[in-house]
Amino acid sequence: MTKRLRLVILKDNFRIMSDIKFAQAPTGVEGQGFFATSLDQVIGLARANSIWPLPFATSCCGIEFMATMGSNYDLARFGMERLSFSPRQADLLMVMGTVAKKMGPVLKLVYEQMAEPRWVLSVGACACSGGIFDTYSVLQGIDKVIPVDVYVPGCPPRPEQIIDGIMKIQELVKHESLRRRHSPQYQELMASYNIQ
Amino acid sequence: MESYFKSLDSIDGELATINLGPTHPATHGIFQNVLKMDSERIISAEPTIGYIHRAFEKLAERRPFYQITPITDRLNYCSSPINNIGWHLTVEKLAGIEVPKRVDYMRVIIMELARIADHLICNSVIGVDTGALTGFTYMFQERERIYEMYEEVCGARLTTNIGRIGGFERDFSPVFMAKLKAFLKEFPPRFEEFNTLLERNRIFMDRTIGAGPITAERALNYGFTGPNLRAAGVDYDVRVMSPYSSYEDFDFVIPVGLNGDTYDRFMVRQEEIRQSLAIIQSALDNLPQGLYHADVPSYFLPDKEDVYTQMEALIYHFKIVMGEVPIPVGEVYHCVEGGNGELGFYLISDGGRQPYRLHFRRPCFIYYQAYPEMIKGSLLSDAILTMSSMNVIAGELDA
Amino acid sequence: MNHSTLLHLLSQRFPEHIHILTLADGKHMPTIEIPREQIKPVLNFLKSDPKISMSFLTDLCGVHFPDQAGKELSVVYHLHSFIHNLRLRIKVFCPIDEPAVPSVTDIYAAANWMERETYDFFGILFEGHPDLRRILNVDEMDYFPLRKEYPLEDMTREDKDDRYFGREGHEGVTFDKRVDRQ
Repeated sequence: MTKRLRLVILKDNFRIMSDIKFAQAPTGVEGQGFFATSLDQVIGLARANSIWPLPFATSCCGIEFMATMGSNYDLARFGMERLSFSPRQADLLMVMGTVAKKMGPVLKLVYEQMAEPRWVLSVGACACSGGIFDTYSVLQGIDKVIPVDVYVPGCPPRPEQIIDGIMKIQELVKHESLRRRHSPQYQELMASYNIQ
Repeated sequence: MESYFKSLDSIDGELATINLGPTHPATHGIFQNVLKMDSERIISAEPTIGYIHRAFEKLAERRPFYQITPITDRLNYCSSPINNIGWHLTVEKLAGIEVPKRVDYMRVIIMELARIADHLICNSVIGVDTGALTGFTYMFQERERIYEMYEEVCGARLTTNIGRIGGFERDFSPVFMAKLKAFLKEFPPRFEEFNTLLERNRIFMDRTIGAGPITAERALNYGFTGPNLRAAGVDYDVRVMSPYSSYEDFDFVIPVGLNGDTYDRFMVRQEEIRQSLAIIQSALDNLPQGLYHADVPSYFLPDKEDVYTQMEALIYHFKIVMGEVPIPVGEVYHCVEGGNGELGFYLISDGGRQPYRLHFRRPCFIYYQAYPEMIKGSLLSDAILTMSSMNVIAGELDA
Repeated sequence: MNHSTLLHLLSQRFPEHIHILTLADGKHMPTIEIPREQIKPVLNFLKSDPKISMSFLTDLCGVHFPDQAGKELSVVYHLHSFIHNLRLRIKVFCPIDEPAVPSVTDIYAAANWMERETYDFFGILFEGHPDLRRILNVDEMDYFPLRKEYPLEDMTREDKDDRYFGREGHEGVTFDKRVDRQ
């Protein structure tokens, strides 16, 4: 009883002293020295806040991504400080910019080299649907070759929009079931793209 | 170097083939190089480009003149106002439009800001490739300030679609002037801070001096322009040789290097940033009064207030947007000094609402051919530095 | 040395081959047309003559004129002399059933990739080019896209309904039939 009161008073003091908000803890059972919740939620929380992105920057959106990584819009505060350029070590494939038909197989190869669980963020109008380039040489959207989780439209999208897309990815990661990657629907999705 | 190659015959061995693939952290943009290496030295390189070919030239044959400005944005997207203004100057040359002096000076300010933005990216990325990430972070903060200034003029950060044929869509607002003055006051000391990180840095100098040199004769033969050519020793600058937009009123120095290696390219771009700041200051001090656009109602989209209230403005707006304006027949070639050199527009018009043929003379495409020759016999890390110091922008390479 | 002296020197050196299309006026450069066999002698002369010294090939591109019988394909060279600040545009025409032009890669190394791009877009074969193959498009492409008879869009795409863009519809494509992926 006294411990709970002390905890409440500490929290109140914090509220007076700073604007720091505590993150929402997942639902679970709390006790002295332990916190019990389901594995999904803990893993989801850990994964969501430590994503290693692979910036697949092809054109103008890549420069806006570099601005998002910069100190003004700071992507590092989302846990994405460490960019991985090797697909083997990456969780999130951020495709930023136009993907031409010549580049399509390369993109698919990079996606296949990533280990599960992996997510794809399509940044920019060109990656989402071909953008302003409705031409013979441009792939009309990367979802023709790989499955995409979040689309960020814009030409180029402002860094705030890219961060919005990243936060939606974080939501997806946080609430993803551990069994999703083995489910028949997911296998069907991969089969429809010819990805093993 | 010759003795090294002579001794190759006596050594039994195979050449290693390394794929510096389209997706690589060091290639800023996507293009591939297949390198043949003998232990540490590069024997030959075969570049493959076209991974971001978006068919701009075919696209331009389908679009009326104002709709081509957004595609020129995406050529050298680090300095898109220069591409936009270059395109508008080409159309003005075709149609014989004279713009007032104020528009010229406004264009100079915007183009020099774009040049600073482009050179900042290139130089900070040379730093990143040698391992110095601090300069990159600092200079990107400065680029945010340039982005804010673009937003005041045209509303967009990166792919600006700035200006109109005959001028600008609106005059420089007081907010823009305040931001510009603050930039001119606060940027130079921060830039000098970035400079001290790298200019006389022992490690940086050791890595970049002698990396990827090219002689002036070979550079001219390969069609180099811009900072790469100036680093090799030839002082060719389109702003001086064929002045446009009142550049002849400005007094600036063309920095020239000695060997054409990475260090020279870095230093030439640094000095060009300082010269650009001087030009902007001079343009700001002498900005003439006047209208912010030429009096060409057939080409210049009227203000929205007028379109909603006046009949002539409504008619002109309709004609321009629907492409009913008679365009002169003819062909014209106009070039501007882009961030990478002579950016040229070759326009053939048959009188219709879209060009018959529009060809972009893209400096990156032309000087990247020399890359295999420049890295022959060097180490892989020098090859990476040479590539980033040449400022190869994939959008301009493939168009 | 100015543009009219330049044209005069050219006409003297190559009397029956130079056909002047437009003269220089303050803003525009002169344009000449020459037969395709003469391109290398003319460029060599322009580069090596010390009174002219056009040491810089600014641009090399192709144009397709489907209506000009016998002269459908054109290669346009832009040259620049730094020393005298002179520019010149040279046009070379060839028929579409025999699109061959001598390559100038041995005169200007810059022409290498520019000729490859012109081949890629228009199918003009440059004789003597060290490595003539496609540069920007995929290697398997079997047509030359910038010729006027080919459309801009990829006609096999199914997600865009051409009727909304003012073009004839691609049959069988409407938004209802698009496959939804989860």
